[in-house]
Amino acid sequence: MYVEMRHINKTFDGFRASDDVNFGIERGQLAALLGPSGSGKTTILRMIAGLDKPDSGDILIDETRVNDLPGSKRGIGFVFQNYALFRYMTVEENIAFGLKVQKKSRQEITYRVEELLELISMKDLGRRYPHQLSGGQRQRVAFARALAPSPQLLLLDEPFAAIDAKVRRELRTWLKDMIDRVKITSIFVTHDQEEAMEVAGTIILTNQGRIEQIGTPEEICKNPKTEFVADFIDVKLGTGHF
Amino acid sequence: MSEKKKKSFEQDITGDGINSIKKVVETHNAASDGAIKYVLIGVCVVFLFVMLVLPLAVVAVNALKEGWAAYREAVSDEYTIKAFKLTLIAMVTATVVNTIFGIFASYLLSKFYFRGRELLASLIDIPLSISPVIAGLVFILTFGNIGWMGDFLKSHDIKIVFAVPGVILATIFVTFPFVFREIFPVMNAQGKEEEEAASLMGAGGFTIFLRITFPHMKWALLYGVILCAARAMGEFGAVSVISGHLRGKTNTLPLHVEILYNEFNTTAAFAVSSILVLLALLILAARNIVEWKAETKQKQT
Ligand SMILES: Nc1ncnc2c1ncn2[C@@H]1O[C@H](COP(=O)(O)OP(=O)(O)OP(=O)(O)O)[C@@H](O)[C@H]1O
Ligand SMILES: [Mg+2]
Repeated sequence: MYVEMRHINKTFDGFRASDDVNFGIERGQLAALLGPSGSGKTTILRMIAGLDKPDSGDILIDETRVNDLPGSKRGIGFVFQNYALFRYMTVEENIAFGLKVQKKSRQEITYRVEELLELISMKDLGRRYPHQLSGGQRQRVAFARALAPSPQLLLLDEPFAAIDAKVRRELRTWLKDMIDRVKITSIFVTHDQEEAMEVAGTIILTNQGRIEQIGTPEEICKNPKTEFVADFIDVKLGTGHF
Repeated sequence: MSEKKKKSFEQDITGDGINSIKKVVETHNAASDGAIKYVLIGVCVVFLFVMLVLPLAVVAVNALKEGWAAYREAVSDEYTIKAFKLTLIAMVTATVVNTIFGIFASYLLSKFYFRGRELLASLIDIPLSISPVIAGLVFILTFGNIGWMGDFLKSHDIKIVFAVPGVILATIFVTFPFVFREIFPVMNAQGKEEEEAASLMGAGGFTIFLRITFPHMKWALLYGVILCAARAMGEFGAVSVISGHLRGKTNTLPLHVEILYNEFNTTAAFAVSSILVLLALLILAARNIVEWKAETKQKQT
């Protein structure tokens, strides 16, 4: 297992946001944290990234317990729900930020930024500021920025939530291709089961702070373990975009 | 989706404070018909003339009533200069202290969540709702001879009440919400995700503040600093109570004006007032430049 959560509990002012969360993800997998709003998906992602601390339980990355390791030392790239691009920096500066902090040489930084701009097909837009970009372009910049310091694990919180339905489908395929290409273990949060089915190799279904089921999309569709899973998948399919 | 919308809306009404007057004017233009517009303009102009322009003209006329020589004498009087210096000292100290405090407080309240956060935010606003005279009295009761720190201060030979430290303390008290109030909404609207993103990439606290937080609040900060300085310069009530009106020692310019006026030394009183007016005009100019700069900056972002 590359990422492992063992008996994780987390409460906010007495509210159980994570209730004995257990799961593991293999290296190179693309996993989706799927569940209704408020079911604790973001909380899980933030704990893996070290932005929140669990009350109890162990978080393991690459077989080492990282509970007491600051987020910046966990080898993680994080794409925030609203991208959180640095608005007073250009696209290039955004991507270069993590490398600068690591005191990489100027040459190395320039090279890496070029490479990533090419990867996200935004070579000519490097000098623009975030507010001069479309939602989809911002999302791609956020992706490149997270990848710049070459993390081992990529976490994405609702990467498509702020994008309208048409573009969303394109970006979904794009992101899947990208992740396949750079071969990075990834976890992304979504409350759209169609999205999870289409993109993820593994789905982790959350409900009220608990994990309801883990499995491939087919497993979950064919063998829903609990009533909630069956309902969630069914209801969503019934009213889905098909 | 709707959450995102709400967020950007909040950002508009809070982060855009400086520009808000423009929007009002624009919508008004579209809907207004001529007559109402001119009546309103007339009312505003008359009001401003009576309340603002006339008094300022009176200051200028009276200050120069007895000619340049008398004006120069009043302005370069020993006590006037001392009062001017004390005003500057109190103003600079209060502004520096409150800028630092304002930055810390709004950083704390906008980037961290803890119990009592709202309470703290409203505590900071207290000086705005409390009469400055009462603020002065409170300091006398705290630090004065009969106050509950009186014995301690006396035994250590520290004089606060009826001395310069008291004047500065009172000025700081009266002006401490100003910087905070300007920068807090801006920092709050920005949220903390940009900071979190930077910290995940390994940036330290100081780098984060300098590269991420500060550029965002720069103009609001400058604006707050100017407002704070303006208020500190003109403070009368609290300082009047705590200073004891010791000429040449604890008198600030506004207090000095009052003394001169009570001594029927009208020309001198108006001459000294004119210094305050000049300082106010300078601050006003600075304010407008900052607003204009912030506006052009905002257009870019
Ligand atoms: N900082 C916090 N303080 C208090 N409660 C919190 C905090 N963060 C999350 N919660 C609560 O924990 C629960 C889980 O939140 P979380 O953000 O993980 O849900 P989510 O599955 O990501 O939902 P969504 O799809 O709406 O983003 C929610 O009920 C939320 O109100
Ligand atoms: Mg969430």
